[in-house]
Amino acid sequence: MAGIKTQILFSSFEPGNALKLAILKTGPEIIEEIKNSKLRGRGGAGFPTGVKWDLVHSAQGDEKYIICNADEGEPGTFKDRILLTDHPKKIFEGMAIAAFAVGAKHAIIYLRAEYRYLVPGLVQAISEMESARLLGNNILGTGFSLSVEIHLGAGAYVCGEETALIESLEGKRGEARNKPPYPTKKGYMDCPSVVNNVETFCYVPYILTNGADWFREYGTLESTGSKLFSISGDVAKPGVYELEMGTTVNQVLKMVGAQNTKAVQVGGASGICVANKDFDKPLAFEALPPGGSIIVFNKSRDMLEVLSNFMEFFVEESCGQCTPCREGTFRLLEGVKLMQEGRCSINYLKTLRELGETMRVACKCGLGQMAPNAFLSIIDNFKGEILARDRVEINGKQTHSI
Amino acid sequence: MADNLSSNKVTVNINGKDIEVDFGTTILDAAKLLNIHIPTLCFHQDLCISGICRICLVEVDGDKTLQAACSYHITQPIKIKTYSSKIRIARKTILELLLANHYGECYSCFRNMNCELQSLAKEYGIDELRFVHIDKPKYKPDSSSCSIYRDNNKCILCRRCIRTCQDFQGVSALDAVNRGIDTKIAAFFDHPIVDAVCISCGQCINRCPTGALREKDQSNDIWNALIDPGKVVIIQTAPAPRAAIGEEFGLPAGTCVTKKLNTALKLIGFDYVFDTNFTADLTVMEEGSELLSRLKDKLVNNKNVYLPMITSCSPGWVKFCEHYYPQLLGHLSTCKSPQQMFGALLKTYFAQKSGIDPKNIVVVALMPCVAKKFECERPEMRSSGYKDVDFALTTREMAKMIKETGIDLKELTDTDFDYPMGISSGAGQIFGVTGGVMEAAIRTVYEIVTAQPVPFDNLQVTPVRGMEGIREAEIYIPHATDDWKFLENKMLRVAVAHGTSNARLVMDKVLDGQAIWHFIEIMACPGGCLGGGGQPQPTNERIRKARADAIYAEEKGMAYRKSHLNPMIEKLYKEFLEHPLSRKSHELLHTRYTPRGRF
Repeated sequence: MAGIKTQILFSSFEPGNALKLAILKTGPEIIEEIKNSKLRGRGGAGFPTGVKWDLVHSAQGDEKYIICNADEGEPGTFKDRILLTDHPKKIFEGMAIAAFAVGAKHAIIYLRAEYRYLVPGLVQAISEMESARLLGNNILGTGFSLSVEIHLGAGAYVCGEETALIESLEGKRGEARNKPPYPTKKGYMDCPSVVNNVETFCYVPYILTNGADWFREYGTLESTGSKLFSISGDVAKPGVYELEMGTTVNQVLKMVGAQNTKAVQVGGASGICVANKDFDKPLAFEALPPGGSIIVFNKSRDMLEVLSNFMEFFVEESCGQCTPCREGTFRLLEGVKLMQEGRCSINYLKTLRELGETMRVACKCGLGQMAPNAFLSIIDNFKGEILARDRVEINGKQTHSI
Repeated sequence: MADNLSSNKVTVNINGKDIEVDFGTTILDAAKLLNIHIPTLCFHQDLCISGICRICLVEVDGDKTLQAACSYHITQPIKIKTYSSKIRIARKTILELLLANHYGECYSCFRNMNCELQSLAKEYGIDELRFVHIDKPKYKPDSSSCSIYRDNNKCILCRRCIRTCQDFQGVSALDAVNRGIDTKIAAFFDHPIVDAVCISCGQCINRCPTGALREKDQSNDIWNALIDPGKVVIIQTAPAPRAAIGEEFGLPAGTCVTKKLNTALKLIGFDYVFDTNFTADLTVMEEGSELLSRLKDKLVNNKNVYLPMITSCSPGWVKFCEHYYPQLLGHLSTCKSPQQMFGALLKTYFAQKSGIDPKNIVVVALMPCVAKKFECERPEMRSSGYKDVDFALTTREMAKMIKETGIDLKELTDTDFDYPMGISSGAGQIFGVTGGVMEAAIRTVYEIVTAQPVPFDNLQVTPVRGMEGIREAEIYIPHATDDWKFLENKMLRVAVAHGTSNARLVMDKVLDGQAIWHFIEIMACPGGCLGGGGQPQPTNERIRKARADAIYAEEKGMAYRKSHLNPMIEKLYKEFLEHPLSRKSHELLHTRYTPRGRF
């Protein structure tokens, strides 16, 4: 089982080294290397990065685009901010390697509105790299050029969904597109586009420098390498940690000094809430999908309060286009409020469960499909606590259940 | 798969049956080929795909989530299930969610028995609303427009109206605002629709699956006029509603009920029933003369005139031009629409002839159109000294009035139009179809210039007929009479566009000076008036085609086929107007336009 001490992303880094290696290879060779590393997308969905690049490489298009998803909006997630603040050159180098591999000349970084203050640092990094001929025209004298543009979001969570992000880039209302076609085939301006998370791009230079085999030594069979986690909540040492994939929840709790832990929300508001019985599970795509956030709740926390908070977030952030998400998130929140008032019958709880299951399979995009995760996992894992509330009298009066 | 790609065909399996379809076919279309029904709400065959209501969900083998059949394009051999317990629960849950937030009772809704949401509730046996039912309205209905009434409380956010307005009509008066549960359809900055760039075409109404959009209902005003003994209530009927109103009474699309409708209108109590085609003929005379006079000014007098000249019969199109191309308003013919010419003549010529005080005349127009309601409210439309047309009713409103009277339209005998303004030609009749105004004008103009009938079989100017968005034609003038010698050996170039998104393409060419045409016909609605926003729901491509066929078929059998040979038109000029473009014509039959801009 993996340990918790390993660091990749925070290890030493010399800008340009990986890119110098990359330009000696062909696009398909780089893609093969990334495929061999089994690097999976760090935005949450875990799609194999090499496969994505390969799709864009082989897709037909007048232009191809590299898009960095820096719309870090998941509640409890602040890992990309560290990279954007302290390690922007790793991001841009990863993007440059991706561009070289798939044959793109333009790259865009989509930065969440709240990270506007990071723009000067990013601009400076870009200009330093341009001076070092690591970005811009005629990179390293190879004739390969890459322009990098910074695009600010406007504060909508849904724009972290890759197709909504692209709509927003194109100046439209941020709403998910129908898939297929995926952005790898028809992305920004209908051209093949690589959309990767900030963190994903950062691993690329390390893989190029040290090799896919080295990267695969970290993590599990299905989830290689390490992963950044934003850890918050009832812990002694909150912060951003780089952990090897496969680290268990228990290991994490011990490391950050969590006491009397009742629940751990893995993957932010759209992740799942695990109880004690699952604390020995590893954080990996094949077990507990890691996302970017771990929020710890101790025994003093009211799980309905926690859930109500998450559901309020989704009601606020649902883009409103598809029925199950727009109406469903609202009904789930309404249900949580009923539960808090002790007015939710077992029957209605069942209905809400069915609604949650439907949302998982029926919503148009990831936001809606993941929105019921917290609801379903909390009502399943903390059923006793929730049902105990059902018989509570409010203001001394017996209330009616619906 | 490689073989499938090279042959551009894919074999898919739906519910256990194999079928070969074109590469890229949607699951919805593939299922139709097998007669498998998949429910839809946000899908409309006139519009681009949206995939947002999620009612058409199906299972695709290997996919974790359900897929929307309307938006899933088949690109490889897949196995699809359109029915399973998972699908049924998902569809039912989605319907219940929509119904829970859908305010209003079916029995008090004008879409009762003709509502897609209601039909689906029945189809899925919704017998309880598990998510309860909203008991108070969330929004104040928008009644600011004299054409369109919007009630967001009944809106299910399928966004067909938005796609109609933006993509189909190229207007963009409506969009979705806010997020999540607060999402609603609104005009720019949530202004009332009357202050938006809405052209009042009503195409959104025709595509709304529920009762959220409708025309401003004026039938009560008509009932009040009819019971007022001091009023003489006159109705004029346009050809498009006559070819469509039968659909409201269970007749197949494409049944003209012109003379049965006359009987019904008499039974309801209208004092006179006249034919809008009469003033369509008059429009041809005035507009044709205007075109010839502009051509003469240009070619003979070397004057700077606005060419190409563009028709002005369609009030939705006129408003579109006022909003989007205010700098090109000079290109519009100054002729009023037939509806308005009729009103102006009824309250002058007809009033004098029949000795009725014009202030006691109530003019009603039966139109396929909701923009006509806006048109008769325009301040320019009072040249008789009164409001020229008092009310414009849509086909739907009239069907409702007839039903309320207990009349079964199908069973009625025929009645002719009243004299004198019920006599019309086939040229007026075809105004209801895209290309019709152009065809009618060509029949007359060609004959004025050459003293010969148009060189087309049975007068059917086929190049301007059809349903293509933009059509062009060239009419060669081999010889001309003495008055029109300057047109001899010339080629008259014309274009026809229907739907304002097509109008935009044409107008951009006019704006760039790239337009080579002399005369352009533009209708705001797809298919022309027969596809108008006031026509029975549903309206789609097949139905529009059937209505067009019916109008052409009726015109073939008419006694007069050319406007200038309509004897009543000749009489009108002799007794009253003198000649086309006379001072009197200008006073009563011509108008001016208002540059509006976009905000």
